[in-house]
Amino acid sequence: MSSDSIIGKSVPRQEGRDKVTGRSQYVDDMVLPNMLFGATVRSRIPRGRIKRITFGAGIAWDEFVIVSAKDIPGKNCIALIGDDQPCLASECVNHPEEPILLLAHPDRCLLPKAVEAVAIEYEPLPAIFTMEESERLSEIVWGADNIFKTYLIEKGEVDDVWEKAAYMVEGEYTTGAQEQLYIENNGMIAAFEAAQGITVWGSLQCPYYIHKALMALCNLPAEKVRVVQMETGGAFGGKEEYPSMIAAHAALLAIKSGKPVKIIYDRMEDMAATTKRHPSRTRHRTALSKDGMILGGEIDFTIDGGAYATLSSVVLSRGAIHAGGPYYWPNIRIRAKAVATNAPPHGAFRGFGAPQSLFAMERHMDRIAQAVGLSPVEIRRRNFLHPGQSTTTEQVVREPIDLPKLLDRALELSDYRSRKNRFANENNASTSRKGIGIAAFLHGAGFTGSGERYLSSVVGVEGCADGTLRVLVSSTEFGQGTKTVLSQIAAQALRLPYEKVSVAQADTLEVPNSGPTVASRTVMVVGKLVQSAALGIKQTLISSKLLKDDYTAGEFSVACQEYVVTHGQFRSWSRYEPPADVFWDDEKYRGEAYAAFAWAVYVAAVTVDLTTYSVAVDDFVALQEVGKVLHPLLARGQIIGGVAQGIGFSLYEKVVWQNGRMRNSQMTNYIIPASTDLPPIRVFFEELGNVHGAYGAKGIGELPMDGPAPAIVNAVSEALGVQFDSIPLLPEDIMESLASEESTADSSGKIG
Amino acid sequence: MTNKSKQRAKTEISFIVNGEPKTVRAYTMERLLDVLRQQLELTGTKEGCGEGECGSCSVLLDGMLVNSCLIPVLQAEGANIVTIEGVAAGDTLHLLQQTFLEHGGAQCGICTPGMILAATHLLNEKPAPTLEEIREGLSGNLCRCTGYSQIVEAVAEASRRKAIA
Repeated sequence: MSSDSIIGKSVPRQEGRDKVTGRSQYVDDMVLPNMLFGATVRSRIPRGRIKRITFGAGIAWDEFVIVSAKDIPGKNCIALIGDDQPCLASECVNHPEEPILLLAHPDRCLLPKAVEAVAIEYEPLPAIFTMEESERLSEIVWGADNIFKTYLIEKGEVDDVWEKAAYMVEGEYTTGAQEQLYIENNGMIAAFEAAQGITVWGSLQCPYYIHKALMALCNLPAEKVRVVQMETGGAFGGKEEYPSMIAAHAALLAIKSGKPVKIIYDRMEDMAATTKRHPSRTRHRTALSKDGMILGGEIDFTIDGGAYATLSSVVLSRGAIHAGGPYYWPNIRIRAKAVATNAPPHGAFRGFGAPQSLFAMERHMDRIAQAVGLSPVEIRRRNFLHPGQSTTTEQVVREPIDLPKLLDRALELSDYRSRKNRFANENNASTSRKGIGIAAFLHGAGFTGSGERYLSSVVGVEGCADGTLRVLVSSTEFGQGTKTVLSQIAAQALRLPYEKVSVAQADTLEVPNSGPTVASRTVMVVGKLVQSAALGIKQTLISSKLLKDDYTAGEFSVACQEYVVTHGQFRSWSRYEPPADVFWDDEKYRGEAYAAFAWAVYVAAVTVDLTTYSVAVDDFVALQEVGKVLHPLLARGQIIGGVAQGIGFSLYEKVVWQNGRMRNSQMTNYIIPASTDLPPIRVFFEELGNVHGAYGAKGIGELPMDGPAPAIVNAVSEALGVQFDSIPLLPEDIMESLASEESTADSSGKIG
Repeated sequence: MTNKSKQRAKTEISFIVNGEPKTVRAYTMERLLDVLRQQLELTGTKEGCGEGECGSCSVLLDGMLVNSCLIPVLQAEGANIVTIEGVAAGDTLHLLQQTFLEHGGAQCGICTPGMILAATHLLNEKPAPTLEEIREGLSGNLCRCTGYSQIVEAVAEASRRKAIA
């Protein structure tokens, strides 16, 4: 028996050796005999009726397999929530890059020319590209009113607060689309045989989402659809839903051709056609007492869903629930709305609506501080949620979280006060301006409200013939360390060495549906189930008298082997059971939104160059409470990586739209941070103890995406004395703001 | 027709890959990346962007760090090429591979082969780089998972161990 705890130790990443030696098999590394290559013919216009399709001269069309909507055996949709998105457009297109036809050929090199040679004649229809156009109903492009989903969260009597208010602060904040930019482009291989059905291998997050989509599309029973995850080179939400589309396309080509078909997107296609973070607009109106206490407020949160509903309703939900931040609101009304435009559908990206609404909340807090005449620190301290108080959905905080203490520690770690004083003294004598900004926030772990109840995840642990353990989950590894941490949990549960546990490849033929790998749920929800399934193995061995209560790793191995010899396959299952005291009202959007929250305070110090208007992040402190840290190295890696994406979201990453199409769909002109663009990101954890997840762990993956943007923009606003309310905040935006500020400013010529 | 004209355009090209002499038949303008991955089945070299921005396809060509997506295979005639498959000595990991594992330098793994080759090149040129020089040396290789800190730490650690070895 291993006496040391494996929990809290940075054990080697399960698949690490294959990754550093280049042996890991990603989907494009896989080759099947007689495999064809597939490509997608897409809409060139944002909206219109398809009138005619002609196949141009100069291409040996008889060598190509061609698939249109007519070839779909089942329902022409990508089954997800609303089933409104077609797999292939047949009569109308609703956004640029919408798939219309599929081509396959044995020679990969011949495909681009063939795609070019397909001419599609359209009858164009008027299209809309902004949330405002959508709200004005200048054109109805989806349903009866362009609205995918609305939510209303109400607490207290917000209409009564305004007359009592000493201050009323209003603001409008916007965030742009953001590309996930996993370095491995999307890709799938499909193979079909009448007897076995369809099999797809690919780069993906959610095997059972694809499984469901292929059953509906191909009109096949569950047992004739198999989805296998290959090593996946980054996802960040970007491989949550769109892989179902690519799997569907590969499957249709494989069914028609009778041969395996591989579809690999190149970077331009991936960026132009697949989902991005929803652009958002948040309006705040807040009533405050004379000492800066929040009396109540209204928040309007609107996101641009693009042309089809896809996941927008769920993104909207998380954004709305997080819109009030980590503060106590005695009275609040949050109205949330996802609207349709003729852009490709926006989708999941780390944070899932929360980075958008929290950017607004945390920028707004700095505005409130200014209006009330308090410091950004003090305004937050006075309004923090405390245990026993309730959130905007009236969820009572039961965790022993101490946000003022978290804030103090973050200020100390970032040397906040002395830096702030120094900057104030030095700024006017320099050709650059320095500022320091903070953001306090929370992130709910797991599916929202009754989501986990509906998912009803199942996890298996297998005692193998060689005496080792194998974890059976559809939860996927795409860099975060799923395999490593779930192995740690199983090993700890049975007090076995970490090396004695492995995780099965996520293959729907082999693993149960442990739910999608999203929503910071894997360690907290799935991990807990792994723990209990592992304990089931032990209990079986003990009750069959093969093992004593107290055992060594060697004794366990022998007992396990004996069991398999006698009884055959040895598996233990565990299904999610919702805690009895959890209440959630889907109608009123009230109750326990999340089983647990992670809490954080981030501090950014920046320099704005007054010649180039570029912003450099000089120091970044990320302090968070995520429950027990199971694997310090991986946890730190998650935080640094998330902060880096947050810095990109704030300062670099701008999707340039033209009539619903992304114009800068290349790494050359869509800029993500390189190693020289980032400061050392300093990561700290506070562990308060929590009972929810496996060994007290809560969710961690999405949290670090929420804080960087407001902390950085607060710092830039402070440095320049100009309020910035939109991201991405590029040098040209700063230059324009300063120019207009100067033209309206007095003759002193000072900035701020 | 296209196929036939392409056949005619193929030519024999020889080079050394990971210490072994290889001869391939390829179109002269075919990307070195595709020849490595498809003909030689050295799939450790990855494509991220196809335009020389991300560095995932980095290999060493006569000791120089290059993006193999930008190299027409003809340019590799007679060259000595090292890909990720040639970095470890059999089952013994290269020092950088070891420190990448220990310091969390690899998350999703897709940029890792290119990143390790860039780091190898950096340490060959500059055995004791400062942290800033490491960031500069790796700035042609994009990573979306790590935020780079743990990669930089892995390279610094490899440099430190090499110095005392």
